[in-house]
Order: sequence, then structure tokens, then C-alpha cells
Amino acid sequence: MSRACWLLALGVLLAAMLSIAAGKVWVPLAAWTAADPRSIIIVELRLPRTVLALAVGGALGMAGAAMQGYLRNPLADPGLFGVSSGAALGAVLSLYFAYAAQAWLLPGFALTGAAVTMAALALIAGRSGSLILFTLAGMILTNITGSLTALAISLAPTPFVASEIVTWLMGALTDRSWNDVEVVLPLIAIGMIILSRTGGALDALTLGEQAARSIGVNPRRLQLAIITGTALTVGASVAAAGVIGFVGLIVPHLVRPFAGHRPSATLLPAALGGALLLTVADSLVRIAPTVSELRLGIAMSMLGGPFFLYLLIAMRRRLA
Amino acid sequence: MSVLAAEGITLALGGRRVLDNISVSIASGRVTALLGPNGAGKSSLLACLAALRRPAEGRATLDGTDVGAVPATERARRIGFLPQAADVHWNIDVATLVGLGRLPWRGRWGETDADRAAVAGALAATGMTGFARRGVEHLSGGERARALLARVLAGQPDWLLADEPLASLDPAHQLDIGAQLRAVAAAGRGVVLVVHDLNLAARLADDVVLLREGRVVAAGGSSAVLTAPLIRETYGIAVETGVTASGQRFVVPVAP
Repeated sequence: MSRACWLLALGVLLAAMLSIAAGKVWVPLAAWTAADPRSIIIVELRLPRTVLALAVGGALGMAGAAMQGYLRNPLADPGLFGVSSGAALGAVLSLYFAYAAQAWLLPGFALTGAAVTMAALALIAGRSGSLILFTLAGMILTNITGSLTALAISLAPTPFVASEIVTWLMGALTDRSWNDVEVVLPLIAIGMIILSRTGGALDALTLGEQAARSIGVNPRRLQLAIITGTALTVGASVAAAGVIGFVGLIVPHLVRPFAGHRPSATLLPAALGGALLLTVADSLVRIAPTVSELRLGIAMSMLGGPFFLYLLIAMRRRLA
Repeated sequence: MSVLAAEGITLALGGRRVLDNISVSIASGRVTALLGPNGAGKSSLLACLAALRRPAEGRATLDGTDVGAVPATERARRIGFLPQAADVHWNIDVATLVGLGRLPWRGRWGETDADRAAVAGALAATGMTGFARRGVEHLSGGERARALLARVLAGQPDWLLADEPLASLDPAHQLDIGAQLRAVAAAGRGVVLVVHDLNLAARLADDVVLLREGRVVAAGGSSAVLTAPLIRETYGIAVETGVTASGQRFVVPVAP
């Protein structure tokens, strides 16, 4: 691991400590022992929430880096694929039909939504391994699932359901428990392993599709790994936290110069950077002096929007 | 000696017959140029030889084995392919770029001493050692062409297949890269190039395969193939051929 990775890992550790301590009630880390009554806050509330923030941030960061490497486009985002909107649609449907009474149903629906969307993407993009077909199919699926989500909101049986859906779509890690961790963590872990194994092929793609094939990359296998890995990481992330944009876009960008711009060397730092960013952001929304807790998804978008604009302007200068 | 051959290759793209029953045999240790007008099927033939395209009929063979049947990694170790597009999508440094040529050799545990030695050798062979830490976006066109050639050489393939490696270079760099390619062939490897410039082909190639509308017009030694009648048959133009005072063969188009 490079020095940048060690520094990021240290940052992640500090962020995790902050996340455990921070909130409406500040709890010193030393209070985790059973003797302290505040230990329940740490063990049952802060710890699962921190673990989820780390996992979701890491998943989104790595998925973003893999996606940008795969599409060879610094503006690519895992959301482009339709996987997050597919997962969101699944979750929204479970809220719409009021199935969310059971704790595992909403994540279950979200994961199903992600899986169905990714299966559709794999079917449409087919056996060609073509990037253009893949990107267009992903964008169309994003559109379709997005419009179905809007339809569900507009047809919501009661205003309460509608507001519940809208609130959920904003993304948050509020009141998550160990149950959520149990559902989501293994899926994210498998997804991240799959994505981290695409490094060599992503490096080869730097030379273009034809050259990559000539050094032994199988484009169909790579596409399948990217689809599966993204479906697992992003699908599970949406299941756990709702839609949280921009992590997958921003973080790979920030770490890329330290990784020498090499796609494979960007994957791990992007995961660490994503975990760091989301954990810090999730701690800050808890401390922020707002009446109700600021939604994490909104906080990230408020950060991400201007950053996206900055990227675009920077690229415009370079291209002009 | 190694032999790369097309055996009755027919390829159709978009309903058009791009290659029509092509059979040629190419020997290693020599530079072979694929020549012909636009749309003659040069790049398609090269892609078939590199197993990047699967012919509808016939096959490409390497020492008698169907290249399509060789496992991808094994094939990548034996046949290096330099595409026409000089795209490098991220601003990686030259050493990393050249290291990509080692991917077919890369084991589970990352870079080995052999990988590092091969990269250093390829950088030295192309005169790019001093550029190892420079990002590709900060290279000139000629330097980039050398770095991309070094990428293929780092894989130490028996065969180097290059699609118009000289097309976008100025004359100095054409001679430079041309000399590098000759050196690769002199080391006993096979070199197959798609070339557009008749004079460059005359200068570089030991053997020439003339293609027209997906068929072989002529194949053989450069001086036997690059003659006025065969070039007229292939391109429909009149040329004057000759030898300069320094012994350099030339082919000059004079009339359509």
C-alpha cells in the first residue's frame, strides 16, 4: 500500500471514532464498557451506523472508481447504470405497498430492484461487451426506473406514504441497527472483492478496447464483473442508506492523482476515501444545529453539485 | 523460425465481404508490410491474424495452430498488437504504460523482477528511459508513439502486429520508429505492419502483401512486389520506381 493509502486508512479510523462519539449526545469512546449506561448508545446505535457509513462510503467510492475506469470517463458515476435508481424503485415499492413493516423487507425489495435492473442491463447490452450499448442501456434504465418511482409518489395511497417515500429517497443512516448491517455488509464485501479483481483489465482498457483484448482481456467477462460488482455494492448501499449521490463521482477524482491516474491503483484509495467522506459527513449531519437531522443524501448532494460544476469548468478550460 | 499464416480467411462486416478467401504465409525475422488502397482489408486481415476478429471462413494460424483456439493469455504472450489509435485514456506515466504490456505475464502477486527487467529493456530499446516518470499527456506525438511501441515490446512477444504505426508521425519519427521495428525483426521476431506510404514500405519491409478489395494481388519480396505493373493493378495509378544514390528504393506516383 502506498503512503496515501496509509494516510487515508488513518483518516478512516479517526472518522470512525468521531462517528461513534458524535451526535445529539456526545459519548466518550471510553463509555463503551457495559458498566457505563451510555454503552447502549455506542453498541446499539452509533456502532452499526458507523459500520454502515464506512461500508456504504467504501462501496460507493470503489464502484465509482471501477465505473470511471471501465467507461474511461472521469464523469462516470455508478448511478449512471440504473442500479441505484433500480434499487430505489424497489425500496419505494415496498414503502408504497406498506411492506416495510418488516425490517428486512425494504432492503430486500431494494436489492431485488437492483438485481432486476442489472439483469435487464446485462440482457440488453448482451454478449457484445460494447461500451456504447452498455452506457445507453444504463441511462435508459435509469430513466424508466426514475419515472416509475415518480409515478409511485404521485399515486401514493396517502400523503403520509408519499412523504415517507420522499424522505427515504433523500438518503440517510438514521436509526439503523445491526440487522441492517447483517443484510448489507456481506453483499458489499462480495461486490468489493469482485470489483477489486477487475483492476488489471481496467488498466488494460487505458489503451482502448482493441489493445485491451490483445493483451488478453475478455470484454464480456469484464462487463459481467462490473455489472455484478456494481449491483452488489451500489444495490446494497441504496438498500441500507437510500440514494446517496456524488460519493462515487467525487472520491475517485480526489484520489486519482495520488494513484498515478492508474485505474487499478485508484480502487482501494477510492474505497478508503469514500468511507472517510461518508463517515465524516454522517457525523456532521448529526452535529449540525438543525431542528431535525439533516438528511445525508441532501448533504452529499449539496457538496457534490458545486464540485461537479467545478469539474466541468476545469475541463472546459482544458478543452477550450 | 515461426510462421503466422492466413488460411482461406473470409470476413464479412456489415454485409460486405471485407476479406475474400485470403491465404498468405508470413515468416518471423522479417518485416512484412500489408499494403493496399483504402478499404482493401489490410486492418481487417491484421485483426484476424491477431485473433481480434473471427473470420467467417478459414483461420489464422501460428505455427500451424489456430490462433483463435489459443487461450487468450497465452496468445497475448506470443502476439503483440499495436492498434492504430494512439489513445491513452488516463494520464499514467510512461513506465506504467509500458508495464501494461506485462499484464499477460502478471501472476497473482503482482510485478516480478522479470517484469521490471522487461519494462526497463523496452524503455531502453525505444530510448524512453529518461521519460519513465513522465505522464503520457506531457509527451509529444513521437514520444508517445515510442512509448506505445515500448508497451508492446515489454510483453516480449514473438510477433509484433502494428496497424499503421507510422501514419501520424513526421518523417524523422517515421525513420526512428521504422528503425526500431527493423531492429525487432532483426532480433528474430516477426513484424507485420499495415502501411500506407509506398516509399516507407519499400524502405522498411522485407516482404510485401498487396491487397485489393479483400483479395491478395501479390505477395513476396519487397522488390519483386513493389513494381509499376503490380502497383497499377492494385491502386490504378502509374508510378516510377528506382534506387537512390544511397541504395534506397523509392516508389513515386506520377499519374492517376
